Amino acid sequence: MSLLRNRAISVSGVILLVITAFALFGPWISPNDYLSTHFDRPLLPPTTVGAHVFGTDDLGRDLFVRTMLGIRVTLMVAIVASFVSLVIGVAYGAIAGFVGGRVDAAMMRFVDTLYALPFIFFVILLMVAFERNFLLIFVAIGAVNWLDMARIVRGQTLSLREREFVEAARLTGVSTGRIILRHIAPNLIGIVVVYVTLTIPQAILVESLLSFLGLGVQEPQTSLGALVDAGVNQMEGAAWALLIPAGLLAATLMCFNFLGDGLRDFFDARHVN
Amino acid sequence: MSLLKIKDLSIRYGDTAVVDDLGFSISQGESVGLVGESGSGKSQTALAVLGLLPRSASLGGSIRFAGTELVDAPEQTLNQLRARRIGIVFQDPMQALNPYLRIGRQLREILVRHKLAEGADIDARVIDMLTRVGLSDATRQFRAYPHELSGGMRQRVMLASALIAEPDLLIADEPTTALDVTVQAQILALLEDIRDETALLLITHDLGVVAGHCERMVVLESGRVVDAGATTSLFASPGHAHTRVLLNAAPRIDSVNIPPPATGALILGVEAAAVSYKAFGHERLRAVQDVSFSLRCGETVAIVGESGSGKSSFVRAMLGLVPMEAGRAVYAGAPLQGPVERRAKKQRRDLQLVFQDPVSALNPQMRVRKIIGESLLVHEPQLSKSARVARVIEALEQVGLNDSYLRRYPHELSGGQAQRVAIARALVLGPKVLICDEAVAALDGSVRGRVLELLRQVQEDTGLSIIFISHDLAVVRSISHRVLVMYMGRLVELADNASLFSRPRHPYTRALIDAVPVPDPVVAPKKAPLRGEVPSLLNPPSGCAFHPRCEHATDICAMKPPMARDLEGTRVACHRAEEIDLSRRT
Repeated sequence: MSLLRNRAISVSGVILLVITAFALFGPWISPNDYLSTHFDRPLLPPTTVGAHVFGTDDLGRDLFVRTMLGIRVTLMVAIVASFVSLVIGVAYGAIAGFVGGRVDAAMMRFVDTLYALPFIFFVILLMVAFERNFLLIFVAIGAVNWLDMARIVRGQTLSLREREFVEAARLTGVSTGRIILRHIAPNLIGIVVVYVTLTIPQAILVESLLSFLGLGVQEPQTSLGALVDAGVNQMEGAAWALLIPAGLLAATLMCFNFLGDGLRDFFDARHVN
Repeated sequence: MSLLKIKDLSIRYGDTAVVDDLGFSISQGESVGLVGESGSGKSQTALAVLGLLPRSASLGGSIRFAGTELVDAPEQTLNQLRARRIGIVFQDPMQALNPYLRIGRQLREILVRHKLAEGADIDARVIDMLTRVGLSDATRQFRAYPHELSGGMRQRVMLASALIAEPDLLIADEPTTALDVTVQAQILALLEDIRDETALLLITHDLGVVAGHCERMVVLESGRVVDAGATTSLFASPGHAHTRVLLNAAPRIDSVNIPPPATGALILGVEAAAVSYKAFGHERLRAVQDVSFSLRCGETVAIVGESGSGKSSFVRAMLGLVPMEAGRAVYAGAPLQGPVERRAKKQRRDLQLVFQDPVSALNPQMRVRKIIGESLLVHEPQLSKSARVARVIEALEQVGLNDSYLRRYPHELSGGQAQRVAIARALVLGPKVLICDEAVAALDGSVRGRVLELLRQVQEDTGLSIIFISHDLAVVRSISHRVLVMYMGRLVELADNASLFSRPRHPYTRALIDAVPVPDPVVAPKKAPLRGEVPSLLNPPSGCAFHPRCEHATDICAMKPPMARDLEGTRVACHRAEEIDLSRRT
């Protein structure tokens, strides 16, 4: 398939698959678990002793398993948040763009209002109003991410709506719902797919930021962001506790970005042909 | 000695050769037409001469210009030649001019770069050149940005920039294709004026243009020269089958083979239709005003006019795609009103539209089967899936395609095939009225001929009525029973085919007819083309909108808009229709 012939797509795709598989199956391979503390061996550098291949943290917990766990959480946040932004953003943008007029104006002013909310403040409010909760992170990130998606999809829909094939469908009497579903939506796929792959790293970064600030995932659960935060505290004596999760975070982000770029090129090329 | 000599030229992209073993030459001061359909390699050849092909192209053979080899020549050599000794005019002047630079600056650049003038002399030469190509107020337009000029004016500026260095060779790549027919005539007249100053390589798909303006012509097919020789002798006796195909496909405005008046019952009538759009501020742009016409069963009525004449707005209002501001339309006894979404199913079924650009009229994400079948899904939901596919195949066969196209996506179709699919989509419901909005304008000559034949055939078989919007009067002549001429949103003339072309009553109709190039080098008494261009609809002239361009205009024309009235079977809106005789003076 020509999709795989694009080097950016195939290389970053493979790396992401490897990281994901590792995160899913790594904890099974390791004899350690993420909870048990070993006060006799804190801050071990990477070693085969006790199979602590990524070393241990200040409480003697195995960093290998904790990192894998962190990747799981990070990827899950990214995927769920992107999914939320995909579903809400595409539907919202497509409806606003297609219906147009006052509906469009009202819907987009609502988006503008949400844009105006200071994000961190919004998250802190959520945390205060509700209890600290894993789910809240998804809600918080999703609530912000779909705004961009809605704007992009709306713009694209506005231009698609003027295309002659949509006019032809209107003329024959195809219903509005069906036009959105059959004529508009399929032609949005390219841009949406590209945009989603670019939202994922955004969501990851936001999650890391929240966890770094202590607003995100709570102990003993962890994420790449939380691990980096913990690593920073041990930076002087135990650089590995920072470098390994930070490196994996960077690699994941870069792969998603390359994947997005690659997909954009791919869809562009198909468009030109 | 020849000025430009191309020998064994080949241009390849990877494994595909777009030009193969091509050769011809141009002598000093000669004008040569390079003719062929799209994809025949005409433009690629021109770009190769200029050294402007993309890097992915690999070039073979030889291009010698005044003794210098241009294939694989260093960029420096090419830069010395381009704009200095070889001028170029492209199809779309908006793309070729830099939108951020004033016109004068873009022309100055050439003189400065090649050290052709100095100091105050530079501006003087630029203004002189702009005046020569017909910019009426060159000192002012010298300071204009490209977007402030009309399409025709921009193309004049392009011509000025190509000629300002007094090149030995001018390459014009479809210079008039994007322009209205009257403006095309103006630009062609300009090319005629400069013929003794420079050699001309005119690239075009329009044999009418070649017939009037080139001494020799070279015919291309799939990247090869299939025919070459003096224009007159090739038109008289084409040497190659493909030349004959091109010649036969070119519709002629002086054709004698025209459809007789139709006699069916009235099916559609529009009275005093008006359409306007919101413009900047509170102004309204009056796109259509007070246009009436009727259509009979089995009749083709053509609507013609320059761009901005309101042809498309008129039919779109009839279809309910834009609101009709005033007037009324009646189809088969029932009024056509409101937006298309609120109209009766029968009306939506009976009136179908075919668009100009088949590529944008077909959803790129749907297969042909779905594209055509969708309207059946809406109007005949009781059909089983296999019955629906059978109907789709039937429609495909009606337009000369077959069931092998069912699974294709639009990008897998050629332009002609895509337009056939679009027509099949319109025909699958068995409409009574088919509206073709420039439906053949984007197609190559031979394909256009086949699509027109197809429409005629369907009309004969099913008694379909057709509204045929076109700017091409030669096509209109060959297909329509009656013709409605529009200018700036108003009806100027409505007459049957025979009388409109033999005895037009409105000076605008006369001018349109005269502007069409005839593909025959023998018929070439060129008349002075219609002057000026269509004024802005936001600021229309007083009285008769046409009066500033009309050679017959008198005082009354500037004061009072003419009422449309009947004159020996022709409906015409001109104050002087009775007094002036516009029949062909030969």
